[in-house]
Amino acid sequence: MFSYVIKRLLLMIPTFFGIVVVTFAVVHLAPGDPAELKAQSAREAIASDQATQQIVAETRALYGLDKPLVVQFGLWMKRVVTLDFGTSFRDHRPVIDKIGDALPITLTLNVLTILIVYLVSIPLGVYTALKPRGVADRAATVGLLVLYSLPSFWVAMMLIVAFGGGGDWFNWFPITGFVSDHADLLPWYGWVANVAWHLVLPVACLTYGGFAFLSRFARTAMLEVIRQDYVRTARAKGLSEWCVVTKHALRNALIPMLTLMGTLLPALLGGSVIVEQIFAIPGMGRLGFESVLARDYPVIMAIATISAVLTLLSILITDILYAVVDPRVTFGKR
Amino acid sequence: MMPSQTYSAIVWRQFRKSRLATVSLLFVVVLACVAIMAPLIANDRPLIMRDAQGFAAPALHLPARLRGVDMQLFTQNPPPGVWLIMPPIPYRPGSYDLGAVLVSPSRAHLLGTDGDGRDVASQIVWGTRISLSVGLIAVGLAVFIGLILGALAGFYGGWIDIVISRFVEVMLCFPTFFLILVVLAFVGPSIYNIMIVIGITSWTGTARLIRAEFLRLRSREFVLAATVSGARHLRIMRRHLLPNAIAPILVAAPFGVAGAILVEASLSFLGFGVPPTEPSWGSMLAQAQRFMDIAWWLTLAPGFAIFATIMAYNLIGETLRDAIDPNLKT
Repeated sequence: MFSYVIKRLLLMIPTFFGIVVVTFAVVHLAPGDPAELKAQSAREAIASDQATQQIVAETRALYGLDKPLVVQFGLWMKRVVTLDFGTSFRDHRPVIDKIGDALPITLTLNVLTILIVYLVSIPLGVYTALKPRGVADRAATVGLLVLYSLPSFWVAMMLIVAFGGGGDWFNWFPITGFVSDHADLLPWYGWVANVAWHLVLPVACLTYGGFAFLSRFARTAMLEVIRQDYVRTARAKGLSEWCVVTKHALRNALIPMLTLMGTLLPALLGGSVIVEQIFAIPGMGRLGFESVLARDYPVIMAIATISAVLTLLSILITDILYAVVDPRVTFGKR
Repeated sequence: MMPSQTYSAIVWRQFRKSRLATVSLLFVVVLACVAIMAPLIANDRPLIMRDAQGFAAPALHLPARLRGVDMQLFTQNPPPGVWLIMPPIPYRPGSYDLGAVLVSPSRAHLLGTDGDGRDVASQIVWGTRISLSVGLIAVGLAVFIGLILGALAGFYGGWIDIVISRFVEVMLCFPTFFLILVVLAFVGPSIYNIMIVIGITSWTGTARLIRAEFLRLRSREFVLAATVSGARHLRIMRRHLLPNAIAPILVAAPFGVAGAILVEASLSFLGFGVPPTEPSWGSMLAQAQRFMDIAWWLTLAPGFAIFATIMAYNLIGETLRDAIDPNLKT
């Protein structure tokens, strides 16, 4: 076990290096000289002449763009390792603080989303796997595909009209923000209730698309397991169907679902730009989008790097968990 | 004993069994025709006309004698002796008509008009071009990159495999949509940049699939036979391995197209897509936001267009996946 963890940690080093190289390459796509940035901002009418000059000067100073390439890379590497991403160009707050504010919000939103997706998808996948190609299975396939194909921003717009007081229908839920302005005055349960109230519509937009993917996955995993001999044995010795499904089949079918967490994580940490933007939730997605709009390079680079590194760490944890829950996984093999 | 059939014939027969998928395929074909023939479907110039100087097809090519003529006036009140047939939607997507702002769907404007008096139906028709071309070209690029890198990694193994697999892992760590936004912000949003950026950020799936298939196949007898008979590596990969490994890619491709169309629509929705002068479904939705409460057709039409297109591609992918599943072959 220990040697497996060490091996996985060592394998992370080249990937981490790769992440730093990719982000470094992205920094270099940023316009480094005033003329270029001016042309670009004129095209998009974003920054004024003076602001352009300032952004370029600050970019140069921050990333040492006048130094040789190797030195620049070394500087960037040092920044990443020491988590020193400088201060935002916009409000000159330390970038780490801004991310520290945004990350918990996005995590709340997305952990909640993933929880709901798993809670709905697994029973659904199991149920459809019990009678494959039956009426329920077919209806679920088409229904879930419909949900999967609905663009979230369209659904968000319609939900706002229907339930957010955007139209003549119901005005049940707030449509902007993570929490009301003076919610800190509330007792903690009031605060939680306030957050939950704010998150109903955004979480609705984030969850429905995941049902299709995950329940299909659960269905496939279940179909694999249910054909196994030990399931037949369990049935043969007269266990109830419920017991066979939940105790013998489901537990083993859940193992591959765990690896899926790894693929869901980049979205979990990066946040959903679209949904956070529509509902004005100050999470990672919105912070990222606003930084892109404002050419706030330190924030952009920090978000890209930090989400990538955190994702890398979470993939590692998922892999280790996988080895823990499934003793058949040989630790030496990767 | 069944008469022997080619693999593709079996897959096609399985595919045809699903009525929904067949309808989706038909829909996608119709959509492609709409995209190609957009100038003949939604245009303010006549399809065919005849005047003193003979026949002309201004929708395709504006004859010299009509240059500088106000098309709206000309087609609504043609001069005596002029005979013309208009396209089914007689509006250009970019033609503003401030006299007809936010008109609800009617016979004159099938899907109504937007806040600038532009015909919605016409914009939807022209928007097909952007969505389909971004979807197809971005996926084409992604599959191309993924095929090459996956084939190299799977065939040669060793350090080539290690380098490519690490690179795939690095790409998987980044939040894709954010990465696309950042790169687009730096290189400037245009339809070609969108295609390229989506392409170069979404090849990892193909690469992993191809790598796995090549790894599985490369020690098989037919590869050994090809090697013994002196085939070069490139030939073995192209003629012997690729045809045996392509099925999962063909299944993944429709899902990829659906995903790319969604990304383009999302980018346009955020104002990072094609320039506003070009009609795109995503930017139509963004503009509809202002009138959400008073003009439902503005939200409904482009949203449904995006949804139906994505749905069709997803259904095709889903059915193909079932069709190539060897467990189901009868």
